[in-house]
Amino acid sequence: MMSSKTHLAAAVVQSNWKLGHQGDRLLVPIFAGLVVASFFAPAWLLSNGAVTLARALAVLGLILMLRAGLVSFGQGLYFCLGGYSVGMLDLVGVSDLVLRVLGAGALCFVVALPVGFLLRRYRGLFFAMLSLAFSMLLFGLLVRSQTFGSTDGFNVVPTTLFGASLAGQQLQRVIFIAAATTGLICCLLTSRYFDTVVGRIAPALKDNEVRIEYLGHSGLALIHFEYTIAAIMTGFGGAIVAMAIGHIDPEMAYWTTSGDIVFIAILGGHTHVLAAFLGSVVFELVHTVALWLTPGTWRLILGAVLLLLILKLPEGLWSLFRRRA
Amino acid sequence: MLTLVAVVTDGLTYAAWIFLVGVGMTLAFGVMKILNVAHGSFYTFGAYVAATFVGYWFAAGGAPLASFGLLLLAAAIASLVSGLLLERGLLQFLYGRDEVVVALATYAAFLMLEDIVPLIWGLEAVSAYQPYSLLGTVSIGGLTVNLYDMGLVALATVIALGSWVILAKTPQGLAVQAVMHDSEGAAASGINVGRVYLYTFLISAFLGALAGAATSPMVSVAPGIGVEVVVISFAVVVIGGLGSIPGALVGAIIVGLCRAIAVNFAPYLELFAIYGVMTAVLLVRPNGLFAAPQARKI
Repeated sequence: MMSSKTHLAAAVVQSNWKLGHQGDRLLVPIFAGLVVASFFAPAWLLSNGAVTLARALAVLGLILMLRAGLVSFGQGLYFCLGGYSVGMLDLVGVSDLVLRVLGAGALCFVVALPVGFLLRRYRGLFFAMLSLAFSMLLFGLLVRSQTFGSTDGFNVVPTTLFGASLAGQQLQRVIFIAAATTGLICCLLTSRYFDTVVGRIAPALKDNEVRIEYLGHSGLALIHFEYTIAAIMTGFGGAIVAMAIGHIDPEMAYWTTSGDIVFIAILGGHTHVLAAFLGSVVFELVHTVALWLTPGTWRLILGAVLLLLILKLPEGLWSLFRRRA
Repeated sequence: MLTLVAVVTDGLTYAAWIFLVGVGMTLAFGVMKILNVAHGSFYTFGAYVAATFVGYWFAAGGAPLASFGLLLLAAAIASLVSGLLLERGLLQFLYGRDEVVVALATYAAFLMLEDIVPLIWGLEAVSAYQPYSLLGTVSIGGLTVNLYDMGLVALATVIALGSWVILAKTPQGLAVQAVMHDSEGAAASGINVGRVYLYTFLISAFLGALAGAATSPMVSVAPGIGVEVVVISFAVVVIGGLGSIPGALVGAIIVGLCRAIAVNFAPYLELFAIYGVMTAVLLVRPNGLFAAPQARKI
C-alpha cells in the first residue's frame, strides 16, 4: 500500500514536472535546424531571431526561479548589465564575440552574487519588488551617466570573431548562430539540473520551505544559486542583443523590459526549458503582427493575450503539448 | 538657509505627491491583497479627464476658482468608470488566486489601458496649466513657493487624516479593518466582503485618479505618464510595509526628503534616491516599516 502511494507521488511529480532528458532529444535537431536555416534567412530576420533567442535566455533564467515560486520583476538589471558589458569591453578595445558573451556572464555573476545575499531573504511580492528596485537603481544610474551616453545609450563596435572582422549578413549570421549555441548549452545544462536532487527540490520550495529545511536542504542557498545562474544566462542574452542590434540604452534596465521577460515566461509556461523559446518566438510574432496591424496599439493586443493566458491557460502554451503527450 | 527651505518645501511637495499616488495602491493591497499595477492607469485617466474638463472650462470662460472643483469631479468620474470596469470586468474573477498572478493580470490590464488612452485623447500632450497659477505665490525665507504646491501638501494631509478617521472611527471603516485582518472571520460576522472589496477598490481608484487630476495642472499630460507612477507607488507601498497607510505616509516623507536632498546637493542621484531608500529600508526591516510580522507555515 505504502509503495503504491510512493509510486503515485512519483508519477504526479513526473507528470507535473516533465523536465529532464525527455525534452533533450528535441534540442539538438532544433539547433541544427536553426543553423541550417540561418544560411537562407535575410539579415533582418537573423537579427530578429538573435534577439528572440537572447530574450529566451533571460526567460530561461526566470523559469529557474519560477519553479521555486519566485518571480523576479527585475531581470532587466542583468539584461542591461550584459548589454553594457559589451560597451565596457569596447572601451578597452575588445570586440570578440566569445569574450563579449563570457564577459557579460562574468559581470552578471559578480553583481548577482552579493545582490543574491540580500534578495534570497525575500519571498513573493517582496522578492519581485526588491529585484525591481535593483534594476531601477541601475536605470537611474545609467540615465545620469555621461560616460555611457545617458538616456541615448551608445552604439557598440561591430563584433569580430577570433580576430576576423565581419559585416552585413555574415555578421548577423554569426551572432545568430552564437545565440543558438548559447541557447543550446544553457538548455542542456538547465534540463540536466532539473533532474538533479537540488533541481527537484526547487518546486517543493514553492509549496513549503520549512519542510525543505527539515529535510536538510537550505532554501536560502538554493534561491541564491538559482538567482545567480539566472543572472548569468540573462547577461548572455543582454550581450547578444547588444551585438545583434548594435546599440544599447538604459531602457534595457527599465521595468518594462523586466515585464516583457515575465510576460514571456507566463506565455510559454515554466515546466520545460523549451517553453522559454516557444514563448519568446510567439511573443516576437505577436509583437510583429500587432505592430503591423495596429502600430499604435500593440500593447493592447499584448495585454489581451496575457489576460487570456492567465485566465484560460495558467500553465502557459507549453501545457498544450504536455496534455497531448 | 535658502537651501534648507528649498529642501524642506521640495521634499514636502514631493512627499505629498507620492503619498497621493501611493496611498490608493496601499489601501487596495491592505484590504484585497492585490498589488494593482493598473493603479498607474487611474492616475493617467484622472489626469486626462481633468485636463480635458479644465481646458473646456477655461475656453468657455468659467469662473477660474471653480476649476478646483472640476479637478475633483474629473477624478470621481475617471475612477468610477475605470475602477468599475477593472473590478467587475476582471478582478472579481481572480479573488483567491496567487498574489503574483493577480499582480500580473493587473499588469496586463495596465498595458491595455496605456494604449486605450491615446485612442481617446490622441498622442498630443494635453495641458491644463491654468489652476496652477491661480493661488499665487508666497515667499518663505527668501524662496518663492507656489501655493498650489502647498495645496498639494494640504490635500495629502487631509487624505491621511481622513483615511485614519474613517478607518478607525466609522462602522464602515471598522468593517474594512476587519476584512483587512481576516476576511473569512469578517464574512462570518456578517460583513459583506465582496461589497467591501468593491468599495475599497473604487476608493483606491479615486485616490489614484485624484493624484492624477491634482498633478495635471503641474505637468503636460502626455501618453506614458502613468508608467513612472507605478514604480514610484510600488516603492512607497513597499517601504511603508504592504498595506499600511501610516507606513505609506512615513515612507513618502522619507523618500520626498531624500530626493529633495539629492536634487539640491547631488542631482545625478535623483532617480537613485527612491530605490536607494527602498533598498535601505528593506535591509533593516525586511517587511517594510509598519508591517505586522507574518507567521511561518509549517
